[in-house]
Amino acid sequence: MTHPPLKIADRIARWLPQIVVAPCFAAILFFVYGFIAWTAYISFTKSKMLPNYNLIGTRPYERLFQMDRWGVAQENLFIFGILFIAFAIVIGCLLAVLLDQKIRAEGFIRTIYLYPMAISFIITGTAWKWIMNPSLGLETVVRSWGWESFSFGWTNDANLAVYALVMAAVWQSAGFVMALFLSALRSVDQDIIKAASLDGASPWKIYMRIILPSMRPVFMSAIVILSHLAIKSFDLVVALTGGGPGYSSTLPANFMYEMTFRRNEIGIGAASAMIMLATVAAIMVPYLYSELRGKKHV
Amino acid sequence: MTLISKTLVGALALTTALAAPLKADPTAEVLHYWTSGGEAQAVKALQEAFAARGGSWVDAPVAGGGGDAQAAVLRARVLAGDPPAAVQIKGPNIQEWAEAGALGDLSAVATAQNWDAVLPAAIQDIVKYEGNYVAVPVNVHRVDWIWANPEVLAKVGATVPTTWDEFNETADKLLAAGIIPLAHGGQPWQDATVFETVVLGIGGVDFYRKALVELDMDALGSDTMVAVFDQMRKMRGYVDPDFPGRDWNLATAMVMRGEAAMQIMGDWAKGEFAAAGKVPGVDYICASTPSENGYLLNSDSFAMFNVSGEDNVEGQALLAELILGTDFQETFNVLKGSIPARTDVPRDSFDDCAIKSMDDMVSAAEGNTLLGSMAHEIAQAGAVRGAFIDVATAHFNSDMSSADAVAQLVDAIKLAQ
Repeated sequence: MTHPPLKIADRIARWLPQIVVAPCFAAILFFVYGFIAWTAYISFTKSKMLPNYNLIGTRPYERLFQMDRWGVAQENLFIFGILFIAFAIVIGCLLAVLLDQKIRAEGFIRTIYLYPMAISFIITGTAWKWIMNPSLGLETVVRSWGWESFSFGWTNDANLAVYALVMAAVWQSAGFVMALFLSALRSVDQDIIKAASLDGASPWKIYMRIILPSMRPVFMSAIVILSHLAIKSFDLVVALTGGGPGYSSTLPANFMYEMTFRRNEIGIGAASAMIMLATVAAIMVPYLYSELRGKKHV
Repeated sequence: MTLISKTLVGALALTTALAAPLKADPTAEVLHYWTSGGEAQAVKALQEAFAARGGSWVDAPVAGGGGDAQAAVLRARVLAGDPPAAVQIKGPNIQEWAEAGALGDLSAVATAQNWDAVLPAAIQDIVKYEGNYVAVPVNVHRVDWIWANPEVLAKVGATVPTTWDEFNETADKLLAAGIIPLAHGGQPWQDATVFETVVLGIGGVDFYRKALVELDMDALGSDTMVAVFDQMRKMRGYVDPDFPGRDWNLATAMVMRGEAAMQIMGDWAKGEFAAAGKVPGVDYICASTPSENGYLLNSDSFAMFNVSGEDNVEGQALLAELILGTDFQETFNVLKGSIPARTDVPRDSFDDCAIKSMDDMVSAAEGNTLLGSMAHEIAQAGAVRGAFIDVATAHFNSDMSSADAVAQLVDAIKLAQ
């Protein structure tokens, strides 16, 4: 028995998915990977105000790493990234566990915690700027209640401004982490939990030994999502501290913008962008690798 | 992107070609960032003058203070081979664009209008490239001003200081009386504005020129620079604790309300006083910061880009003539609060502070003490200006020692060159 020859319509149908995806694929190839390649090239040139295509080796990178402002930006990213991810996950996880106790009005409360995610970082930053301003915000309010020695001026202190960023960013993202965890908590096999409680395990033990360990993939996704949020943070800094006092709370993305668009240093801006890309890759590549490899075994 | 913009430009050209009469009108596309308040009014005045002479003005405003957004648009337009006729850029950026071969030559208009005779040499240097005019100055803002509230100063029996020692004495008295001596906003450019007036005052005119204009490494690393940072550290003690991030106009309001005694800021601060109905000499005093007749200028200008087509070339020449014409220089600068770039404009409609500024500019030009501002992109731009601002603001906002600041300054400037 032979196969009947394919009709044209069938052939098109077979290729349809590829045809539909092709323009999108081409656009991404050009606009994302093409420009990554362009930026990489520019980062090895002496580009100042306009792009210049004569290669000068690694000199832009050497200059980049000699700049105090870049050192501060990297250090801030380190502090901000670690604290932001840690606090967002701990608080988000705690909220999820508490919400999971079959409480009343759960939907309403869940919405309240998730709502900050709907706001852009510019709004978050501006609101927190006012809250943390010593003469407008929290400090004045608490002092007017009679606690005269209360002081809360993080945004005005060069050593603390970066922690103010952490606070605002955690406020914005903890609800999102909560939603991630909540859905994972709900999908844990109830039979195992029942079996464990029959065996006499306390709720604390059930959470620590059974539920949370089974949520490992969710932890991984939360870390990956939050870490790239941290690395590309730009608007929050602009709105909340303006990078200040001085340039004490600037992050690499702000540094890149400042160099490329304000200081006529496209070469250094491109070099800093490549370092940021490398940082993201250092987190994403092992994750993607383990994810893809893991799937094959399933 | 290019394809779309080219199609658009083509379509636009076609419609104008169909709509326009056979004789081409002088046309100029003007890229600027004067989009708010008095500045927008001032641009409108220029537009009307241009239309009255038969020109057709293509307005291309790009909002976003300081012109960062405009710079991005300009770069894209020049790289696409379609530059606007006139663009609001200033200081060394003009030289950079001229070096890139993007600017046209205004020699014909300049000779006809005798610009050499009416512009101070320091301003000519800004707008000329290799001896030819490539840009037209619109105004001059003086940067080294003290804006003082006389009532507040009188509380401690003081007047506006004329030396930095006197400044410190007065400020200490004010502090003791519980008054904020210096209203200041902790933004990097504002820190740098105070820094450059201190360099001019403590170091003197020659030192300013060596260090901030010529970037002489010996001057930058000298003991005089250490003394400058010592004074900056003192100034840090004269501002209130809430200063970080404050906008300059809020600092001006503190002086108006009598919460603070003085502010060091360019003469755009005058607009805030005027808007509040304050009278110079009565409600507030404008005095130059202590220095040996120095004058730090900030000048806005329009650079003229290479354009093709008779109508565009004509439009550009007409625009250049109008911008530096006495009529426009008068109307514009009264609206904006600055003073004319040319020295022969009638003074009737200007206030006392502007007239003092004009007198000082003429005498500074004669005594060779007229200098470009570093913080406001006249003496330096781009990377070097950024390096100065970085160090000035890092020192002001931390407990860095003066010697460390000087060492960091020398390194940063070397790196930026």
